[in-house]
Amino acid sequence: MERIPILRMGPFLLVTIQVDLHDRLVVTFQDDLTEQISRTGARGVLIDISALDMVDSFMGRMIANIAGMSRILDAETVVVGMRPAVAITLVELGLALPGVRTALDVEKGMELLRASRGLRLGKEEDGDLED
Amino acid sequence: MSAQGLKKGRLAGIVGNHEAEILANWVGEQTAVKGRRGASLNESELRAQCEAFLRAFRESLNGAASTDVESNEWRAVRGMLDELSRARAAKGFSSSEMAFFVMSLKRPLFGLLREIGGDAQSLADTTWEATEILDRMALFTTEVYQKAREEIIARQQEEMLELSTPVVTLWKGILALPMIGTLDSARTQTMMESLLQTILDTGSSIAIIDITGVPTVDTLTAQHLLKTVTAARLMGAECILSGIRPQIAQTIVHLGLDLGGMITKASLADAFAVALERTGRTIVRVRTGPGRESTATAIGMDPPA
Repeated sequence: MERIPILRMGPFLLVTIQVDLHDRLVVTFQDDLTEQISRTGARGVLIDISALDMVDSFMGRMIANIAGMSRILDAETVVVGMRPAVAITLVELGLALPGVRTALDVEKGMELLRASRGLRLGKEEDGDLED
Repeated sequence: MSAQGLKKGRLAGIVGNHEAEILANWVGEQTAVKGRRGASLNESELRAQCEAFLRAFRESLNGAASTDVESNEWRAVRGMLDELSRARAAKGFSSSEMAFFVMSLKRPLFGLLREIGGDAQSLADTTWEATEILDRMALFTTEVYQKAREEIIARQQEEMLELSTPVVTLWKGILALPMIGTLDSARTQTMMESLLQTILDTGSSIAIIDITGVPTVDTLTAQHLLKTVTAARLMGAECILSGIRPQIAQTIVHLGLDLGGMITKASLADAFAVALERTGRTIVRVRTGPGRESTATAIGMDPPA
C-alpha cells in the first residue's frame, strides 16, 4: 500500500508530499504522523509540498488539519516550497491556512523551526529525540 | 453594367489625358487647406504621394469593371491608401484629414469634367461614378486609419500592462514591487503571478509592495492586495505594504478594511529598513565627513556584517 514517508531530522520530522492525497492515504498519513510525533517527541514538522502542482479544497483542508494536530502535540508545523499556482489557488479558495507557518524551502523552514525553538543554528541536537 | 463600364472608359480617358493638370490642382487644393491647419507634411512629399496615387488610380480605372473599390481591380489603389493611412496615423494626422486627402480630388476632377462638357446625361453619369469611387475610397482610408489607431492603442495597453508590473530586487532576498496606476483584476493577476514567480526564482523572503503610484484604493483593490500578500505568505515570503498616502490611509479606515495581517509603512525607505532588519542586516555609515580619501568607494559597498 502507498504511504508517505516520514523522515527524522534531528528534533524535527520531514515529510515530502509528492502524490495526490486521497482519503485513504490522508487517514494513514495522519495516523503515521501523529504516532511518530508522540513516539519521538518531535518539536517540529516540515511538510514539503514543492512537488505538488495543483491542489483542491480537500488538500488545503488536510494540510490545515495536519498542522492543527501537530500543534496539539506540541510540534510546530512549517509548510515549505509552495508553488505560486498552488498559493493563488488556496487564496482563491479562501484557505489562507491561518496558524500554519510557511517558508520558501526546506533549509529556510529548518532555520525557522530552530529559531523558534531556541536552538542555535548549525548545532545538531540529535539526543533530543527519544526512541 | 456594360453601359457603366463604357462610361468608366470615359472617366479613365479624362484622367489619363489630363493627369498633370489634375495633379497640380489637387496638390494646390490640399496645400491651401494644409497651410491653415499647419499639418506636418512638406509639399514635395505630398506631391510625390499624390502623383503615385493618381497613377495607380488611373491604372485601376482602366482595368476596372465596377465602381466597387473592394474588388480585385482596385487592389493597387487600396494597398497605396492602406500604406498612406497607416503612415499618417502614426504621424498624428486626424481621420478627417486623411479622408480629405481623397475627397479633395473631387473639385479638380469635377471642374475638369465640367470644362470638357458633353451632354448632360453622360456628364451626370460620369460625375456620379467619380463621386462613388472617391467616396468609397475615403471611407476605406478612414477605416484603415481607425484600424491602425486601434492597433497602436492595443499595443500600448499591452506595453503598459508589462511596464507597470516590474519586480525589482533591492537586495539579496528583498524584492520590491512598485505599483503605478489603477489596480484592476487583470493587472493584479499579472502582478501577483510575476511577484510570486520572482519570489520562487530568487528565493526572496521579503517583498515590499509600494503603492505610491496608486491613485485610489477601494475595497476591490484592497482585496487584491490582501490576496497577493496571503499567497506570498503561503509560499513563505513576507510582504510589507509601503507608500500609503495619508488620504489612502483615511480611505482604508473609512471603508472598514482590515489590513491587520500586513506590515504597513509610510515610505519605501521605512519598509526597506524593516526588510533589512528582518534579514539580519543593517546600514552603517562608513565615512563620517567629507575630505576622506575614499568616500566615493563607499557608495554601493556591501554593508559590513
